[in-house]
Amino acid sequence: MPENNQSSASAGGGRFQPGERVTSLGAAPDTPHIEFTDVIKRFGDNTVLNDLNFTVAQGERVTLIGPSGSGKTTILRLVMTLEELTGGYIHVGGNPLQYEQSGGRRVRISDKRRRQTTQDIGMVFQHFNLFPNMTVRENIIEAPIHVMGLSKDEASSQAAELLEKVGLSDKQDARPSQLSGGQQQRVAIARALAMDPEVLLLDEVTSALDPELVGEVLGVLKDIASETDISMLIVTHEMQFANDVSDRVMMFDEGSIVEEGAPAKIFSDPSSQRTQDFLRAVL
Amino acid sequence: MSAWSWEHAARSLPLLLDGFKITLLATVLGTLIAVVLGLIVAIARRGLPPLFGYPLTGLVEFIRMTPLVVQLVFANLVLSAHFDTLTIGIWVLGVHYMTYMAEVYRAGIDSVPQGQWEAATALSLPQSRTWRSVIIPQAIRNTLPALGNYAISMFKETPFLSFIFIGEMVRQAVSYGGNTFRYTEPLTMAGLIFLAASYPTSVLIRKLEKKLA
Repeated sequence: MPENNQSSASAGGGRFQPGERVTSLGAAPDTPHIEFTDVIKRFGDNTVLNDLNFTVAQGERVTLIGPSGSGKTTILRLVMTLEELTGGYIHVGGNPLQYEQSGGRRVRISDKRRRQTTQDIGMVFQHFNLFPNMTVRENIIEAPIHVMGLSKDEASSQAAELLEKVGLSDKQDARPSQLSGGQQQRVAIARALAMDPEVLLLDEVTSALDPELVGEVLGVLKDIASETDISMLIVTHEMQFANDVSDRVMMFDEGSIVEEGAPAKIFSDPSSQRTQDFLRAVL
Repeated sequence: MSAWSWEHAARSLPLLLDGFKITLLATVLGTLIAVVLGLIVAIARRGLPPLFGYPLTGLVEFIRMTPLVVQLVFANLVLSAHFDTLTIGIWVLGVHYMTYMAEVYRAGIDSVPQGQWEAATALSLPQSRTWRSVIIPQAIRNTLPALGNYAISMFKETPFLSFIFIGEMVRQAVSYGGNTFRYTEPLTMAGLIFLAASYPTSVLIRKLEKKLA
């Protein structure tokens, strides 16, 4: 699988051309891209997700909404393997993420196999989490060089291309601390895209930004959504953005799906009282 | 006999400077050992499973909580058949201070925000690469002043090496006194040499501290 990534990345240029993306899943197009099976997540005595089942199709954009503490961010963190799965299974592209069923038992998969699968997954965080000890360019080329095996030149020219895409060509040699929040978040988006992900996880990416900087970040994300077929799992409080980019919206409360459907349906005519109350509170 | 003789002060100086070379050598090599081993221990304590982590922690605490002099004399008794005294002295100094520096590194590593680890995981960076390019550079930056202060501390504790008959500066001063019955001058001179070396260093460290803050 990494071989495909490498070839498509080293080819350069084609990254944002619709329909050109190489899918490296080796699975039939109708198999779900992300699949949650009987997922349980507890923090101590607190059960955050209880027996959660859902799938995301190839190229589908799914937005998770719901009150804080409803488990939305935990879902993203589980997919990125930042949290340990308490029970059940998560598959991405048909590959198990943390546990698999083997001989009727639930067994942990090796770190190496986990990383092979997570290579296809990118995540953008609420607080950007750029590496402050590196320049903008170094932030972007670190993983392509040391995970995908690109040469420094290849990775750097790809970084330049991505920075142009997010409108920060002049900031290659800047340190993250010299950038505004909106600029940092756009670098973080470029860094995630540099790994040529097939799944992109967006965790409240505008929540830490000053209101006037939200637009520039959402603009970049909308471009990516329209120009690629990356599957996306999005947690956001920006309902307009969710409405614009999502194929499906899932309303969560207390770790379960209350209601799901097309954004037009959920936002204008929600059937559950819980969703209506939530939307009234946030809109 | 006058209280202070400039002649004795001057005559003891060559001997003291000979001793100072050993003092300096022990400090530099001891610091090197402490800086490198301390980092390895700090990383190991974080990464090892409890089965190995607890014994390592126990050993580090044991070394930290027992006096340097006792360790010097004990190590010299056990090892002097195989190694020369200066080598033993330098390693004991280094290993003793390693335990302090490991704590400094631990605090430095803990001060790197969790989000940095998470970003590294999200980029699928292997553990070794995460340590090398993300965590250690950020952790060390925060620890440099504290490491420097421990190096100065070690410098000032090198006179303990005289317990195992290493001719560092203070031992030379005492031996000059033993031969001439003039202790005041050589010991005063030794003290001034210590001050002359450690004060500028500590000023530098304070500057570094301000710059990094």
